[in-house]
Amino acid sequence: MDAVFRTCAQTGLKVHNQAERLIKVHAVAGVFAILFGGIAAILVLLTRWPAVHLLDPQSFYRALTFHGINMLIFWIIFFEIAVLYFAGPIVLGSRVAWPRVGWLGFLLMLAGSLLIDIAILQGRADVMMTSYAPLQAVSYFYLGWILFAVGALIGVLNFFATLVVARAERTYQGSIPLVTFGAATAAIIAVVTLADGAIIYIPTWLWSLGILPNIDPGMYRLVWWGLGHSSQQINVSAMVTIWYLLATLTVGATPINEKVCRSAFLLYILFINLASAHHLLVDPQVSPAWKVWNTSYGMYLAVLASMVHGMTVPASVEVAQRKKGLSKGLFEWLAKAPWGNAGFAALALSLVLFGFIGGITGVTFGAEQVNIISHNTLRITGHFHATVVAGTTIAFMGLTYFVVPLIFRRQLISPKLATVQVYLFAIGMTIFIAGMTTAGSYAIPRRHWDVQFATSIFQPPIEPAAFAFLGIMGVGGLFALVGGALYVLVTVGSLLFGRRVPDTPGAVALAALPQDRGQYVPIKGTTVLVFVFLASFVIYYFLNWKWLAEIWLVK
Amino acid sequence: MSLQPLQGVWWKKVDRSEKVWIGIALVWCLILFAMMPLWHLKGGQNPSFETYRTTPQQYLQKVEAFVEAGPKVAEEKGLPVIAADPAKDVYMLGRLWQWYPALKFKKGQTYRLHLSSMDLVHGFSLFPLNLNFMVLPGYEYVLTLTPTTTGEVFVVCNEFCGIGHHQMVGKITVE
Repeated sequence: MDAVFRTCAQTGLKVHNQAERLIKVHAVAGVFAILFGGIAAILVLLTRWPAVHLLDPQSFYRALTFHGINMLIFWIIFFEIAVLYFAGPIVLGSRVAWPRVGWLGFLLMLAGSLLIDIAILQGRADVMMTSYAPLQAVSYFYLGWILFAVGALIGVLNFFATLVVARAERTYQGSIPLVTFGAATAAIIAVVTLADGAIIYIPTWLWSLGILPNIDPGMYRLVWWGLGHSSQQINVSAMVTIWYLLATLTVGATPINEKVCRSAFLLYILFINLASAHHLLVDPQVSPAWKVWNTSYGMYLAVLASMVHGMTVPASVEVAQRKKGLSKGLFEWLAKAPWGNAGFAALALSLVLFGFIGGITGVTFGAEQVNIISHNTLRITGHFHATVVAGTTIAFMGLTYFVVPLIFRRQLISPKLATVQVYLFAIGMTIFIAGMTTAGSYAIPRRHWDVQFATSIFQPPIEPAAFAFLGIMGVGGLFALVGGALYVLVTVGSLLFGRRVPDTPGAVALAALPQDRGQYVPIKGTTVLVFVFLASFVIYYFLNWKWLAEIWLVK
Repeated sequence: MSLQPLQGVWWKKVDRSEKVWIGIALVWCLILFAMMPLWHLKGGQNPSFETYRTTPQQYLQKVEAFVEAGPKVAEEKGLPVIAADPAKDVYMLGRLWQWYPALKFKKGQTYRLHLSSMDLVHGFSLFPLNLNFMVLPGYEYVLTLTPTTTGEVFVVCNEFCGIGHHQMVGKITVE
């Protein structure tokens, strides 16, 4: 079967029709997942908001399990595989190595996700996303995980095979582009992650069938988080890759020095998976020495990588803008950035919310001892809504508004609504996260139906402030839900009713590359921004040690 | 541009502004790392090094022996309240959906509190103090605790353990 190509009139990229089709099906499956997860989010939010307290306990735990898996696993991983089919074949102008195998991978992921969703909706898997053994779900729930992981692994291997094909067939000269490099980082981390998934879910599946007598709960948590946390590190790499991509598409940004960006990605590969230890810091089965080394990703070298990207991404925007003549003072480049463009808004908001909220809280709560005052409280859920929702999801949303015109070749039904969507979602999530994280610092537990303890033997008193923050979380969550619903509306609406994009250059607004490539441009504005970031980091980090020092002594 | 292949990418000199930031970020990362071993040496709140393998049956026997030895100073909501002796080991277990027994501590005294689970994974969360540890079946975790406040503190389960999870609340009273 000969590969059929078209040349994109907007970007000049050579597009293999199979790559395009595979992107479409994975992206559509991802949008379905965020729709399902979003419906569950309404129910979860309105139950955890004490003033509403909507669901009964059983429905709440079921909705929470459904929400977690559809959002954190299905939405994110379907979208990431779509990104791989873009960053491999399309960016390199190559064919997909194994189109049929790619479809097999997709069908396995689809079958796995349906099995899991059905098991949850039937009430046979009220076990949360983590399904900590010896808590047990029906066997086809675990089988679903195995099928999904194998399918995703096939997508990843197809990406690697495509890199080999592109190299062998000389579709490009020199080093692979940064976007492909970043995607390769995500793919390498994905292999480790999915291998952990196989190592834990195959024995757990056999245990659920009665073939294995028991699963050690300490070992389960250790290996499961090799999947659970590392899968979020795929997100980090994919999200940073998308930051560079969006910066190119919206302002024509070029990183100052790609050696720096690429080295930072290498640090992710070497160190980031150690962060699975973040979940075991107050567990009995591993020693503090193990905890200190692993929770620090070695010696925080993966944090160093994120701090490097945190500078190089805005610096690339600053340089591009200054070369266009927007060079007055420290921040003209930023003030006159295309804030009305949904892609740029998504880039900026994702970067700031991920860095300032998600990153700082993650590193702080992941310090071994600070975890004592954070573990399993709403501080943790606040943290990962800042990384995975305000960070990754907003970046994915911004990219969607390019995938729709460039891959599906449909104009957005309303670019204005797309921009409003991004802001509404980001503002809503920020309020939600602030409320949730602060409520968590009053020890309000995560995964809990009733923090008023109305049906238990004791009714611990709760600070009125904690209630207030849970209310703030509820209000912010409603805004975010409207923003999320608009995302599905704009995307699905454009796929169904959007005008067809004509094959004429300029039909989709893309940034031109700035001129004068050799000229030196100082990055004063970015330098100020990164030092503001560092100051916030230092203050929040040491405040937490102060709060820790105020509780009981424990060793 | 992030979409184009490049030549000689690894040989370009790094700009001074980037070098400075990487240097400062690296120093900060090393400070982040140093805080954890330092707190083990100088700080008062650290995860325990002490943990043993056990089984639910073995552990239940220890807890029952502990409750029997007492002194039982009260009974509250069906739970015996044991006045803990700092000279002896103190036991509590988690099970669906109860923390057993209730305990009485004295402020400023140091107790060796053993924790394990009879069934599923539970989360030991002192509420509203906000001190959290995991309790796993098959593992006996020993926390050396010194209360620094008085009053009632509740033990809330903060790991999902089934339909009655939110009802699992125990109690420690500090005099």
